[in-house]
Amino acid sequence: MSTTVSQIDEVKTSPWSGGRSPFNVEYGKIMMWFFLLSDAFTFSSLLIAYGSLRFSASVWPGADKVFQSVPGLVDHGAPLVFVGLMTFILIASSVTMVLAVEAGHRNAKKEVVGWMIATVIGGFMFLGCQALEWGHLHHEGFWWGSVPPAEELKKLFTGGSEAVQHMTSQEFANLFFTITGFHGFHVFTGVIINIIITVNVLMGTYEKRGSYLMVEKVGLYWHFVDLVWVFVFTFFYLV
Amino acid sequence: MSAESHEVHHDGEHDTMSKKRIWQVAGILTFITCIEFIIALAIVPNHPDLLKYANPVYIVLTLFKAFYIVAYFMHLKFEKMGLILSLVIPIIFIIGLILVLTNESHHWVDLRPVF
Repeated sequence: MSTTVSQIDEVKTSPWSGGRSPFNVEYGKIMMWFFLLSDAFTFSSLLIAYGSLRFSASVWPGADKVFQSVPGLVDHGAPLVFVGLMTFILIASSVTMVLAVEAGHRNAKKEVVGWMIATVIGGFMFLGCQALEWGHLHHEGFWWGSVPPAEELKKLFTGGSEAVQHMTSQEFANLFFTITGFHGFHVFTGVIINIIITVNVLMGTYEKRGSYLMVEKVGLYWHFVDLVWVFVFTFFYLV
Repeated sequence: MSAESHEVHHDGEHDTMSKKRIWQVAGILTFITCIEFIIALAIVPNHPDLLKYANPVYIVLTLFKAFYIVAYFMHLKFEKMGLILSLVIPIIFIIGLILVLTNESHHWVDLRPVF
């Protein structure tokens, strides 16, 4: 009897017995993770809507025919080159971000600042490329609710009547600008947050705090933006 | 708060994400992207009959890239199993929507008889 009671009275020390953090991660970082999960749902919904509309269409504008210019250099015949550049810029800025986090673990303030600035520059470069890409497509006649004239559209397809080509081009334009726009908005906010964090690092906020955890949290967001781009790149430019 | 969380966070992290590993993962991501470009620019245009195999290959390669970004750059591989599961299991809902809508969209084709 007495042993049972003493067993009940015993303070439990398992991870889920309370009084400790079962995931061993700071609160703000967990919340960032769950925000990113919800954001992943939003992006998935958009991309799956794109996929199902494309599956249900008999013809679709060919990616290698729509995207074959390098703005300012080549107008035709260079499929995937420009978007390849954008992809490498974003991967590179993800790498500089993770290097900033790594420097933060060593409390190396100067290195954190350097890598954060590199990340911000990478973000701006990506946004600049995105603006050029949008500008080029807009110049060709694509926009929300508008597509190029029929004789231009014909070059993007390998079949289908004029009416079908018009319809699926319109679907393509709306989805492309909505999804890359939503992603670009994420890149934009990511750059703004990165700048704020860089200023905080420069002012010594995290040095005083003794931890560069905020750099890690904004890093999670930035990597997520890269992650989404990996999918956007595959489903809009490759498939 | 910060001192404690810093302490908590540092556990078992130091040896997991070194500079060397960062560059390794960056190299893998770049390599996979290069393979995708080679398939899209060199292989498929010369062998049109391979086109139907290209898309599944792109998707598998994309999932590999996603794994490396989430596991290493976002550091999820080194977190507690509870956190990993609570973030990975909800992906079931995304897979569910993919299955439902791709299946459904094959029937929408018949609903566009006008064209």
